[in-house]
Amino acid sequence: MAKIVLDRLAAQFAGGEILASGTEHGDEWARVRRDAWIAVATFLRDDPATKMEMFIDLTCVDRFGGGGPGAAGNDPPRFDVVLHLYSVSLKHRVRLYCGAPEDDAWVDTLVSVWAGADWYEREAYDLYGVRFKGHPDLRRILMYPEFVGHPLRKDYPKEKRQPLVRRQTGMPE
Amino acid sequence: MTGEFHTSKLDDVLNWARKFSLFQYPFVTACCGMEFMSVAAPKYDIARFGAEFPRFSPRQADLLIIVGTITERQGPALRRIYEQMCEPKWVVAFGVCASTGGFYQNYSTMPGADQVVPVDVYIPGCPPRPEQVLDGLILLQERIQRGEGHNQVSIRVEAAEKKARKQGREFEPPLVSIRALPPRSETKPGTENK
Repeated sequence: MAKIVLDRLAAQFAGGEILASGTEHGDEWARVRRDAWIAVATFLRDDPATKMEMFIDLTCVDRFGGGGPGAAGNDPPRFDVVLHLYSVSLKHRVRLYCGAPEDDAWVDTLVSVWAGADWYEREAYDLYGVRFKGHPDLRRILMYPEFVGHPLRKDYPKEKRQPLVRRQTGMPE
Repeated sequence: MTGEFHTSKLDDVLNWARKFSLFQYPFVTACCGMEFMSVAAPKYDIARFGAEFPRFSPRQADLLIIVGTITERQGPALRRIYEQMCEPKWVVAFGVCASTGGFYQNYSTMPGADQVVPVDVYIPGCPPRPEQVLDGLILLQERIQRGEGHNQVSIRVEAAEKKARKQGREFEPPLVSIRALPPRSETKPGTENK
């Protein structure tokens, strides 16, 4: 499989912005340093050889002590923000990871690059608690505002419920 | 004397009329809705039991059918729908999700709609077959006839309390128990048409 996207990334970002990369099942992936997140995304969108016009998906993974693909070192970041991009005109795709440590869980927002990232980032924030710096409206999107915590974190208790309303027992209804 | 109720022939007639003219409000949230449509459509034809007319305002309905998964976030909405219905009212939980939460056991799903509203009849199944729904409806009709719907009971309790207060008596709310239904095997096989 020709590594078109990865070759372009390696040529453009030689200063260590790309921490790791590889191909899997014919698709390319790269792990991006957190401070280069917007620059890499903008480059992939605008470069005539990559032309990633289409924002497919943005989500988050709680590695919880594991560490994702290409996460080096003894202390890999707990959260990985995962971004999927597709080029409609060139018909290729790429997957990007950006790590965020537990005690400082933030990633730059991509709303300025693809407007469609707005609600995806709100979802990732809602369910994992990763903050997106510069997001215009970072509120919960699925859970209710009264909800405490982030339910898809692996340390969120499986059986824990946060009811908004409950029936009063012992009262005739 | 406290906690005793009297039902009259008039109640019997009223309850007879009520059980054959249920106006339902379908609170449909999930895939069970397809099965609900099947029950309402001509093949199974819930109209045969006098419950054919879904009202899309709770103020015009007296039977709340909770069809599908209820999330914690929907709880306040469901409670408000229930409170808007006119009395006497009844509630049916349609399918396992509305009854117990079903196979959803997580942060977002309410473990049964009876956490926020009282439920008269639970219809299990994922989704229940239309026959089960009709069976549940008949069960509810029997209960309505005997005046044992949750709201019918509470209306009587409130009336008794009012009366006791008027007479200056102490009122002790009775322990309400729903009688067990007669066993279904009462009809002996082969004697159905007699």
